[in-house]
Amino acid sequence: MPDDAPAADAGTVSGQPTASPGQPVAIRKVSRRKVLAVLGAAGAGAAAVGTGILGREKAAAAASGARAVASGATKRRSGQVPQWAMVLDLRRCDGCKACTMACQQRHYLHSDQTWIKVYKMTSAGGQTYHMPRPCMMCEDPPCMYVCPVGATFRTDEGIVLVDQSVCIGCRTCMAACPYEARYFNWSTPKPAPRMPGMPQSPEWPVPQVLGTVGKCVWCADRLPHGELPACVQGCPMGVIYIGDLVADVGVNSFGEVIRIAQFIRDNDAVRYQEELGTNPRVWYVLGHDQSLAG
Amino acid sequence: MKQGAELHDVPELPEVRAASMRPVLRPGRWYWPVVGALAAVIVVGLVAWVTQLHEGLGAAGYNDHAFWAIYIADVVTFIGVSYGGAVVSAILRLSGAAWRAPLTRIAEATAVVTVIIGGSFIIPHLGRPERILELIYRPNLSSPIFWDFVAVSTYAFASMVFFFLPLMPDLAMARDRLAEAGRHRLSRLCGACACRWQGNPRQRRRLDGAIGLVAIMVIPLAVSVHSVLSWAFTLTSRPWWNESIWAPYFVVAALYSGIALVILVVAIMRRVWGLKAFITDRHIVRLGFILVPFGAAYLYLTIADFLPSSYVGENGVTSVFTQVLVGRYALWFWLFVFAGLIVPLLVVALPWTRRAPFIVAAAALVDGSLWIKRMVMVVAPANYGRVSGVFGSYHFTWISVAVTLAGVAAIPLLLLLLFRIVPILSVTEMEEMEARAAIAAKSAPAGTVAAAASEERERVLVGSGIAGGPMMQSAAAAADRQHLHDGDVRPGL
Repeated sequence: MPDDAPAADAGTVSGQPTASPGQPVAIRKVSRRKVLAVLGAAGAGAAAVGTGILGREKAAAAASGARAVASGATKRRSGQVPQWAMVLDLRRCDGCKACTMACQQRHYLHSDQTWIKVYKMTSAGGQTYHMPRPCMMCEDPPCMYVCPVGATFRTDEGIVLVDQSVCIGCRTCMAACPYEARYFNWSTPKPAPRMPGMPQSPEWPVPQVLGTVGKCVWCADRLPHGELPACVQGCPMGVIYIGDLVADVGVNSFGEVIRIAQFIRDNDAVRYQEELGTNPRVWYVLGHDQSLAG
Repeated sequence: MKQGAELHDVPELPEVRAASMRPVLRPGRWYWPVVGALAAVIVVGLVAWVTQLHEGLGAAGYNDHAFWAIYIADVVTFIGVSYGGAVVSAILRLSGAAWRAPLTRIAEATAVVTVIIGGSFIIPHLGRPERILELIYRPNLSSPIFWDFVAVSTYAFASMVFFFLPLMPDLAMARDRLAEAGRHRLSRLCGACACRWQGNPRQRRRLDGAIGLVAIMVIPLAVSVHSVLSWAFTLTSRPWWNESIWAPYFVVAALYSGIALVILVVAIMRRVWGLKAFITDRHIVRLGFILVPFGAAYLYLTIADFLPSSYVGENGVTSVFTQVLVGRYALWFWLFVFAGLIVPLLVVALPWTRRAPFIVAAAALVDGSLWIKRMVMVVAPANYGRVSGVFGSYHFTWISVAVTLAGVAAIPLLLLLLFRIVPILSVTEMEEMEARAAIAAKSAPAGTVAAAASEERERVLVGSGIAGGPMMQSAAAAADRQHLHDGDVRPGL
């Protein structure tokens, strides 16, 4: 069967992208077109990061190409939606916190609202390493289950979001989140300029709302357009890969493309606090003598 | 409560009636200044709350590492003390303890008032209180908080019914008294609420049945409320919150603090409204006896909670317990253990401190200390950073303290206002006790059985405070009263 045949493609993509610890996502047959699509998306990321390096023109061209293919990637022929996932390669992270700053800048957050937070860790051997912690986008999110009014919800693309026009501010989700990924607006949020055509929404929670909970959204407003989340794009080390479990491809700020299933298997990637049964959508690749916190 | 014979003719006890209506008719010169002072405390609390609404919850000392703190401790404390009032009254009713009669009204009123305050304290806790009705029109049934809301509302309603049912006959009495005193509007209100009570045997039988039923229902309801309240914590994976012991922990703590509050309120009310003839020191001591098993049970649960994870355990619980037992929360925790458990238990256990003033002081210690314990239970696990293992901190601000004090002031304020409308003693119940005692004395044959019956009568009278215990009052005065009431009692049946 030819690689780019639509039927073959649809047939090889499994419906359930869920991966459990022992058995990482099954390696799926990837069509050439998909790889190209993600390569394009990767180009977009590289474009954004590398505007200075590559030159504005090239970057812009890459980005427009990425958008064109990403829209095709989002609307699956089989009707399947992407299932977003992240892989963080801690071997590369130097703890510069560029991800945090990019996120805070984009979402107009106070400096203590670290939606992606970089924890400084010490290995058993005394080495310092760093662990960025975005929202884990759990498949079984405790925060969602405990929300008394359903303000926290999970999209069918696997993104857990908060509707700040509904949130009553009871903070039970903060109690429930095992990853401390939620940040309340304890005081007046940082003002944001009005952006025409971008009203405040769960995907674009800007500006934040006083008395409600906010959290990392993986820049859900960007993903459908084939653009990289601010943290992924802002990482100068290419630590964070964002990708789609259905297409089984991920990309980082360098434009490096991985097949997620194979990558997490080959590198013995782990998920944080796996034992809690939250089924996070974030995998960590650990270096020698590194482990996750907690 | 059915003690055999039906009551056809219940005697009126004029002294009891007069005393129960005194707060309604002539509350005393101190009354309005005290109400004003308490209202001022509440106004300060409201100002604080409005400031908090404007500035955000950060103004109350909250931060991302202390996302739950003082207001949740307040909710648990107030709803907890409510539980004590209702359950003490229910258990004493069901067990037919005759001495309860002068206390039940105060205990049940305390239950109603505190559950209302406790339920309202969820409002300052919320970041967007104006959206609270979403709990009704878009509830998430998998959320423990939604079930808290259901449980607390149900319990609040039940405690109001439990307060209202025994009140009905007394409202009929109040109606007549108020009409005599020329207070016609309040009299009409009482009359409307009395639901045409005439005191005939059929009505008494039905009311007895209804009260018995509600008394039975209120106990499992209260247990469930406090269990559900604890599940708001235990259904998260946080260290020390995610523990099976918390539901019974909460139930026992609620009973313990609730009985302590009943002791406090009874002691204050009998003092300010001159009810010492009916509510004797012995009542206080007996309530102190009820306090002991719950205090002991709470001590036991505390040890059972801390020992295993202090001895061996996972990182999270070990870190939290280290901070609670010997770290940053240790001062508060051990203050609770000594002032809230050991001292009160000793006060009741030792014969030379087993006296009303000491027991009242112990009850005050219990309530204050249990609030501290709840602060530690809420704040310590919230402070613990589950990723970093570092503890955050929570500091009181004038706003959080003012709002909390407003809640505390609301208890006496609402009770003082309530007893301006309803009789403070359950008059009908006391009169029925008297009638039952008379029947028992009358129907007893001569000889040894008569002696037993008269002993029973003595028990009832002493218990209900009409005669006063030999411990408290001179034998002569006791004899006089006995005599007086013997004359009052009309032969029944």
